[in-house]
Amino acid sequence: MSAPSTAITLANLATHYPALQIVLPLVTAPLVVLLRGTRLVWLIAFAVTLACLGIAVDLYAQVLQQGEISYAMGGWAPPVGIEYRVDRFNGLMLILICAIAAVVLPFARTSVEKEVADNRLSLFWAAWLLCFTGLLGIVITGDAFNVFVFLEVSSLSTYALIACARDRRALTSAFQYLIMGTIGATFILIGIGLLYMLTGTLNMADLAERLPAVTQARTLNAAFGFIVVGCSLKLALFPLHLWMPNAYAFAPSAVTAFIAATATKVSIYVMLRFFYTVFGAEFSFGSMPLGEVLMTLSIIAMFSGSLVAIYERNVKRMLAYSSVAQIGYITLGISLATTSGLAAGMLHLINHAMIKAGLFMAMGAVVYRLGSCRLDQLSGLGKQMPWTMAAFVAGGLSLIGVPLTTGFVSKWHLASAGFGAGLPLVPVAILASSLLAVIYVWKVIETAYLRAPLENATPVKEAPISLLIPMWIMVAANFGFGIQGTVIWQAVQQAAVQLTGGV
Amino acid sequence: MWAADLPPYIPFFAAALVMALARSHALRAAVGVLVPVLGGLHLWFDVAPGLTTYRTLFDMQLMPFRTDQLSLLFGYLFHIAAFIGMLYALHVRDRVQQVAAMLYAGSALGAVFAGDLLTLFLFWEGLALTSVFLIWARRSQTSFKTGQRYLIIQVLSGVLLLAGSLMIYRDTGSLAFNHIGLDGVGSWLILIAFGIKAGFPGLHTWLTDSYPEGTPTGTVFLSAFTTKVSVYAMARSFPGTELLIYVGATMACFPIFFAVIENDLRRVLAYSMINQIGFMVCGIGIGTELALNGAVAHAFNDVIFKGLLFMSMGAVLQMTGKINGSDLGHLYKTMPKTTLLCIVGAASISAFPLFSGFVSKSMVMAALLETHHEWVWLAMLFAAAGVFHHAGIKIPYFAFFAHDSGIRTQDPPWNMLLAMTFSAVLCVFIGSYPAVLYGLLPYDTGYSPYDATHVLTQTQLLFFSAGAFVWLQMKGLYPPELRSVNLDVEWFYRKAAPAALGFAASIGKPLQFAWRFMVSGLIDKITDWLNSHHGMEGTLARTWPIGSMVLWVSIMLAAYLLLGYV
Repeated sequence: MSAPSTAITLANLATHYPALQIVLPLVTAPLVVLLRGTRLVWLIAFAVTLACLGIAVDLYAQVLQQGEISYAMGGWAPPVGIEYRVDRFNGLMLILICAIAAVVLPFARTSVEKEVADNRLSLFWAAWLLCFTGLLGIVITGDAFNVFVFLEVSSLSTYALIACARDRRALTSAFQYLIMGTIGATFILIGIGLLYMLTGTLNMADLAERLPAVTQARTLNAAFGFIVVGCSLKLALFPLHLWMPNAYAFAPSAVTAFIAATATKVSIYVMLRFFYTVFGAEFSFGSMPLGEVLMTLSIIAMFSGSLVAIYERNVKRMLAYSSVAQIGYITLGISLATTSGLAAGMLHLINHAMIKAGLFMAMGAVVYRLGSCRLDQLSGLGKQMPWTMAAFVAGGLSLIGVPLTTGFVSKWHLASAGFGAGLPLVPVAILASSLLAVIYVWKVIETAYLRAPLENATPVKEAPISLLIPMWIMVAANFGFGIQGTVIWQAVQQAAVQLTGGV
Repeated sequence: MWAADLPPYIPFFAAALVMALARSHALRAAVGVLVPVLGGLHLWFDVAPGLTTYRTLFDMQLMPFRTDQLSLLFGYLFHIAAFIGMLYALHVRDRVQQVAAMLYAGSALGAVFAGDLLTLFLFWEGLALTSVFLIWARRSQTSFKTGQRYLIIQVLSGVLLLAGSLMIYRDTGSLAFNHIGLDGVGSWLILIAFGIKAGFPGLHTWLTDSYPEGTPTGTVFLSAFTTKVSVYAMARSFPGTELLIYVGATMACFPIFFAVIENDLRRVLAYSMINQIGFMVCGIGIGTELALNGAVAHAFNDVIFKGLLFMSMGAVLQMTGKINGSDLGHLYKTMPKTTLLCIVGAASISAFPLFSGFVSKSMVMAALLETHHEWVWLAMLFAAAGVFHHAGIKIPYFAFFAHDSGIRTQDPPWNMLLAMTFSAVLCVFIGSYPAVLYGLLPYDTGYSPYDATHVLTQTQLLFFSAGAFVWLQMKGLYPPELRSVNLDVEWFYRKAAPAALGFAASIGKPLQFAWRFMVSGLIDKITDWLNSHHGMEGTLARTWPIGSMVLWVSIMLAAYLLLGYV
C-alpha cells in the first residue's frame, strides 16, 4: 500500500487513525503524571478513552467498507517498517477493549478512591493508560516483535496496577504475576526470535509468506512450542493459570474488571494471530497435534475451574476461577479447528468479556461498601444493596447461559460447533460444566438473599450511582446482545472466515 | 381495552412491578385485583382465536403469543384463578407474596400462550422461580428447606424441557410448540419435564411435600397454576399417547390410599389434586375429541373447586392455626359460612350432579367406554368413589364436624368469604348450565352430561361410597386421624436404594461388605478427592509457589517440544 503523506493534517486525519489509536493514550500517560490533579486527570483519561473508542469504531467501519487497512508507521513501508493492520477480527477486538475501558473508567473513578492510596492516584491513571495502550498495540500491530513490545508495555503496567491496591497481599500477587508474565513474554520473544532466525523478517504477513519454504522443521516446531506455551501462560490456560486467581482477587476491583475482560482476551487474540496468520492453520492444527492438546486442556479447565469456584469463599477469587473455566470454553471452540468453532470461540471471547466485566464491577461495588467480598459477609446483602446484587444475579444468569443472555448465545454456538465437528461429547461437557456454574452462582445468591445478615455486621447502603450505572450498562449489554444474538455472531463469523483465509 | 396482540402476561408483570414499588397497601391490593379483571375482560372481548405474533432470536423464529381455542380457555381460567386468589389474599400485607403471586400468574399465562418451545421454557422456569417464594413466604426453617427441594425439582423439569426442545430443534429444525408425540429421546425428555410438573406417579413428591407448606393464601395460587400449565402443555403436545391412559389411571388411584390415612388436611387435598389430574391425563391419553374436551374442562373445573377447597382449608388454618384432622372438629358452629362453602367445593370435586365436577368428569368416563377401555374405566370408577371419600367427605367431616375439638373461632375476613363465594357460585353455575363451559371447549361434540345413565351411575356411586364411609365410621374401622408421617415414594429416594442392597446383603454378608467397600467407599473417595483437589486448600485451589508454577510451564513446553519432534 502506498504510504500516505507522513504530515498529519486535519484533512487526512482519518488515514492516520491506526497510529492515533495507540499514540493518543500513549502520550496522555506521561501527561497525566505531570498534571497530578486527580479530577482533571480522570477527565483527560476518560476523554482519551472515548476518542479511542470513536477511532476504533471508525476503523472497523472502514474495514467493513474497504477491507483490510494497512498503515506504515512513520512512513516506513513494511516489511522493513512497522506495519499496523486492521481486519475484521482485530477491528472487533479494538472496539471491545475501548468499549470495556470506556464503561469501566467511570466505575474506576469512584472505586479506586477507596482502594488506592491518594498519593498514588495519578501514577495509577498513568499505568492504566499505558496498559490500555499496550492492549490496543498488541491487537493492532502487524509486526511480530512489536507484539512483544506492547505485551511488555501492557504487562508491566498491569503489575503496577495490581500492586496499587491497599491490600498487601496484592504485592505478592503482583510479584508472582510479574515473574510468570515475564516468563510468558520471554517465551513468546524466544519464539519470535527463532522465527526471525529462520526467515529474516518480523512482519507477520511476510513471515506467513516465507515460513512454508522453511526447511528446518525442528526449529520451526520449537518456535511454535515456545509461542503456544507463552500465550497459554498469558491467557491462563489450565494448568498455567495459577498466577491468575490471586492477581484478580487482590487487585483493585476496577483493575480486575478491566483486565479480566481484556488482558486474557488479548492473549487469546495473539495466539489466534500466530496460529492462523503466521503459522497457518495447516501447520498449527495439521502438523502439530494442537487441536487434541488444546481440547483436553480446555475441558479439564472447564471442570476444574468450576469445581474450585464452587468451593471458593472469596467471591472475586471464585470469579477468577470461573474465568479459568470460561477461557476453557473459548479455547475449546478454537481447538475444534473449524470455522464455526473458531467463530464460536471468538463470540464467547467477546461475550465473556461483557459478563465478567459486569460481575467484577458488581463485586467491586460490594468491596466499596463492605471492604471485602468474603462470601459469608455477603449475608443479607440482597436487601441492603438491591441494585448491586440484582446486577450480580443478572450477570450470573449470563455466566450460566440462561436464554436471552449473551452467555446462552455463545454456548449455543459452541455446542452447535461441537455437533458440527462430529464431537457430541463437546455439548455434553458444555452443559455439565454450566450446571457447575449454576452451583457457584447460586451459592452467592443464596447467601445474599436468603441468609439473615451477620449479627455483628453493620448495615451498609446501596452503592453510589456512579458505580451502579457502569455495572448496569454491562448488564444491559448482556441482555441486549443476548436477545439480538445475531449482531455479534455475524461479525465474528466474518472475522473467522477472514482469519482462516476464506476471503 | 389495549392492543389485541399484547401478550396477556405483560399487564401482570407490569402490575408486579407497580406492586414491588408501591408503598401503599391499598394501591397494591387494588392493582392485584383489578389487573386480572381487566385482563380477563380484555381477553374475553378483544382477543380472538388465531392470533399470532412472531419474534426472531438468532436464526430461530419464535412465537411468543399465539391464541387458539385451547390456549384461550386456559387464559380465561388463569385470569379467573388469579382474580380469586388475589381477592382471597387481599388482606395479606406481605409484599413478597403479592409480587410473587402476580409474577407467577403472569408466567402461567405466558406459558399458555407460548407458540414455541423456547418461550414455553422461559415461562416454565418463571413458574418455578416465582412460585417458590409463596412457600418461602411462610418464613420458617421447614418451609425454607421444602422450598429448596421444590425449586430443585422444578428447575430440573425446566432443564429437561430445554434439553428436549433443543434435541427436537436439531432433528426437525423447528421449535414450534404443537403436537410432538412420543418419538425419539427429545420427546421423552419433554414428556418427563411435563410429567414432573403434572405430578406423574413417582415424580409427584414435590407436590405433596410443598403445597401443605405454603402460606394459607399462597397454596391457593400454587394449586391453580403449575399443574394446570402442564396439563395444557400435554393436551397440546401429547394427545392420544396410549401410555398416558395408564399413567392417568395410576395417578387417579394411588393417591386415594395416601389421602385416606393422611392427617394434614391440606396434604389430603394435595393428594386429591394428583387424583384429579389423573382424570385429565387419562383424557389426554385417550385423545378423542370427547376425551380431550373432558380433560381440559376438568382442568378448568378443578382449578375452581380445588381452589375453593384449598381456600376453605386456608381459612381454617388462618383462623385456628391448625390444619391436622386430629386437632380440628366441630367448627361448623363457629365457622358456618366456611362450612357451607367447603361443602359446595366437596360436592363439586365428588362430581355430584348439578355441581361442576360432574359435567367434566363424566366426559372422560364416557370417552373411556367409547374407546373400549373397560378395565381402566373400572379403575377410574374406583378412583371417583375414592375422591368422594377423602375429599368429599373426609375434608368437611374432620374439619367442621367429627368430635368437638374445643376450638371456638369465627368466619374469616370478608374478602376470603367473598372469594370463596365467587368460586362456589361458579361451581354451581357450571354444574347447572354446562353449555357455557362447553361452548368454550376446543371441539364441538354435542355431548350432554344430563342423561339418565350418567346421573344414575354417579348418584349410585356416591350413595354407596357415602354408605361405606358411614358404616366404617360407625364400626370404628375407618383409619383414625393420627399424628403420623406417611411414607410416600420419596422414601424410595432416601431409603430404598440402601435398603435394597441391605436385602441383598441379607443373602450374604460379603455382598453388603462389597457395597460398603465399593460404592459407599467410592462416593466417599470422590468427595474426598474433590475436596482435596478443589476445596479451599486443595491442590488446585491454593496459592502455589512460583517455583511450582514455573515447573508447570517447563512441563508444558517440554510436552509441546516433544510432540513437535515425534
